[in-house]
Amino acid sequence: MVKFAHLIPVFPFLAFLINIFFGRRLKGESALVAIFASAISFVLSAITFQGVLAGEGSYSLGHWLTIYGTPLNFGVTVDSLSVMMLLVVTIVGTLIQIYSVGYMHDDPRFPRYFAYISLFMTSMLGLVLADNFVMLFIFWEGVGLCSYLLISFWFERPAAAKAGLKAFIVTRIGDTGFLIGIFLLFFVGKTFYFADLTHVSGNEFLLTAAALLIFMGAVGKSAQFPLHVWLPDAMEGPTAVSALIHAATMVAAGVYLVARTFGLFVAFPLCLEVVAVIGGISALMAASIATVNNDIKRVLAYSTVSQLGLMMLGLGVGGYSAGTFHLMTHAFFKALLFLCAGSVIHAVHTQDIQKMGGLLSKMKITGITFILGTLALSGVPPFSGFWSKDEILLEAWNNGHPILFWLATLTSLLTAFYMARLIFLVLFGKPRSDMHAHESPKTMTVPLMILAVFAVFVGLIGSPVAHHAFQNFVKFEGHHVASEVSGGGWIVGLSTLVSLFGIGLAYLFYVQNNKILPVAFCARFTLIYKILLNKYYVDEIYDFLFVKPCLRFCDFLSRFDFAVIDCMVNSVADFTQGCSEIIRRVQTGLVQNYMLVQVWGLIIFILTVGKICFQF
Amino acid sequence: MIPLGFFVAISAVLFCLGIYGVLIRRNVVGILISIELILNAANINLVAFNKYLGTPDGMGQIFALFVVAIAAAASVVGLVLVIAIYRNGKSIFADDYNLMKW
Repeated sequence: MVKFAHLIPVFPFLAFLINIFFGRRLKGESALVAIFASAISFVLSAITFQGVLAGEGSYSLGHWLTIYGTPLNFGVTVDSLSVMMLLVVTIVGTLIQIYSVGYMHDDPRFPRYFAYISLFMTSMLGLVLADNFVMLFIFWEGVGLCSYLLISFWFERPAAAKAGLKAFIVTRIGDTGFLIGIFLLFFVGKTFYFADLTHVSGNEFLLTAAALLIFMGAVGKSAQFPLHVWLPDAMEGPTAVSALIHAATMVAAGVYLVARTFGLFVAFPLCLEVVAVIGGISALMAASIATVNNDIKRVLAYSTVSQLGLMMLGLGVGGYSAGTFHLMTHAFFKALLFLCAGSVIHAVHTQDIQKMGGLLSKMKITGITFILGTLALSGVPPFSGFWSKDEILLEAWNNGHPILFWLATLTSLLTAFYMARLIFLVLFGKPRSDMHAHESPKTMTVPLMILAVFAVFVGLIGSPVAHHAFQNFVKFEGHHVASEVSGGGWIVGLSTLVSLFGIGLAYLFYVQNNKILPVAFCARFTLIYKILLNKYYVDEIYDFLFVKPCLRFCDFLSRFDFAVIDCMVNSVADFTQGCSEIIRRVQTGLVQNYMLVQVWGLIIFILTVGKICFQF
Repeated sequence: MIPLGFFVAISAVLFCLGIYGVLIRRNVVGILISIELILNAANINLVAFNKYLGTPDGMGQIFALFVVAIAAAASVVGLVLVIAIYRNGKSIFADDYNLMKW
C-alpha cells in the first residue's frame, strides 16, 4: 500500500525551515537543499503514481477536528487527478529551481528566495493532496502568501511591492467568496469532503450558490475575468517565479479546484455554464490583449490567463479530462516559455520586445526551445498544445456549445498570432537596440531543454496515438469518457488550419512587412487598438469603481480620526499640560524663595495649630 | 536676677534676625552667618531655661555646647560647598544659582 503520499509536502517544508533559519550561513548551498527536497518529492510522487496505477487510493491519517458533530480527518487524496498534479508540480518545480540557481545567482537574498520557493512547493503539494475543503483552503492561502512574497521579492522596487499587494488583495476577493461557499456547502450539504460532493443533497438554490462561490475562489486564483487584473502585474517578480507560480502551478490551482469539486458542478448545470462562459470570456479577452502588448512577460501572462480560461471552458462544457489534460500540457510549455523569456531578459536586460530582435543567432538553445514552446502553445501538430486544445474544442462542439466552440477557435487563432509575433519580434529580424546578448549558463539551459522535451511530447499521452491514455486515466467517475466519438475530424483540421493561419498572419505582419502593415493596421483601427492597448480599461474601471471610493472613504476616516478622536484625546492632555505650565512657575530654583515659602508655611502652621489646639 | 522674658525676647529677636538674614542676604557667606544667628538664638533659650527651670545636672548648657560644636562642623561643610559653588559658577550670590527649577 502506498501510505506515504502525505510525506511529499514534508520534504520541501523541511527545506523551507533549513533555508529560512540557516540560509545566511548556507549561502549558495541553500539552492541544493531546496532542489534536493523537491527531487525527493518527485520520486515519492512517481512511486505514488505507480501505486495509483496498481489501484491504490486515498487514505486518512487520523482524526483532526469535530465541527458541529461532523468529524474531520487529516485525509490524503490519492487518485489520478491529484497524482497528475503532483507529478506536474514536482517536475516543473524541480526544473525551475535548478533554473533559478542561474537566474538568481547574484541576488543578495538568494537563500530567502529558495526558502519561499520551498514553502510554495509545500503549500502547492499540500493543496493537491487535501481531501477536504478545510485543508485545501489552508494550503490555498499558503500558496497565495508565497505568491505575494515572491511577486514582491524585489520589494525595493515600488512597482513590485504594489504588484504583490494587488495580487494579494484581488485574490482575497475571490477567497472570501470561496470561504463563504465552503461554509454554505457545509451548512446545507453537511460535508467538507470532496468525495461526498457527487451525492450531496440539500436546498438546490443554496447549493448552487455554494458552488458559484467556490468557483469565485477559483476565478481569483486562476486570474479569470473579472479578477484577472493581478496576474499581468505579478510579472514584477523574478521570471522563474512567474514560470512556477503564475504560469504552471498556482494559477492552475483554480482549475484544479473546479476539477476536484466537479461533482458539485455537474449536479447543478447552471454552475457549469457559468464556469464555461467565464472561461470563454477570459480566454478571448486576454488573448486579444496579448496581441498588442509589448512586454515579453506580460504577453505571456495574458496568454496564461487566456489558456486558463480555455481550461475553464473545457471543464465547463463537461470535458473533465480535456480541461485537466490542457492544464498539464500548459504547465509544461508555459513554464518553458517563461523560462525562455527569463533567459532572454537575463541576456538583454529589457522586457520590451520592440527593442529586441535577432536573438536566435546569439542564443541558440534559448531560441530553439522558445520556438518549440511557441509551437506547442499555438497548437501546431504534433506538439502537446495541439492535442489538449483539440480535446477542448471537441468537447465544446460535441456537448452542444457552438458559440463557445467558435470563441475557443478564435482564441486559438489569436494565440497563434501573438505567440508568433513574440517569436518574430524577439528572435528574428535585426536587433532594434544596442544589445550584447549571450547564451545563459548551463543551469538555465538544461532545464529549458528538458522542459522542451516535455512540451513537445507530453501531449502524445492524450492523443489517439496512445489511445487516449491520459483521458482513460484521469476521468470523472459517472461521467462519459472523453469523446472518442468520431466526427471530430474536421475540428482537428480546423484547429490546425487556424493555428497555421495565425502564425502566417504574424509572419506577414512582422517579418514580410514589419514597417508598414502593423502601423497601417493601428491607424486603421485606432479605437480597437487603443482599447486593447489599455486592456479594455478594466484597471481604470476598477480604479474608478472600487479603489478611488475606497481611498476617499479611508481619507474621510483618517480625517475623522484626526479631527474628532485625536482632538478629544489631545485636549485632555493639553489641559493637563497647560495647568502644569502655570503651576511649575512656582519652582523658581532660587533657594531663598523656597526658604521664604517654608517660613511662611511654618508661621501659618503654628498660628493654625495654636488657634485650634490652644485657643489663643 | 534678670527675668526669663528678657532672654526669651533676645533669643526671639536673634532668631528673627537670623531668619531675615537667611531670606534676604544675597551673599552665601552672609546666609551661613545668619544660620549661626538662628542656632545661637536657640542656644540662649537652652541656657536660660536650664537656669530658670533648675535642671540639676546642667543638661541645657551641655546641649548648648553640643549645638556649638555641631554648628562649627556644619559651617565647615557649608563653607566647603560655597567654595565649590564659587569655583563652578564664579559667584557666591545665591540668586545667581537657579538650576534647581523645572
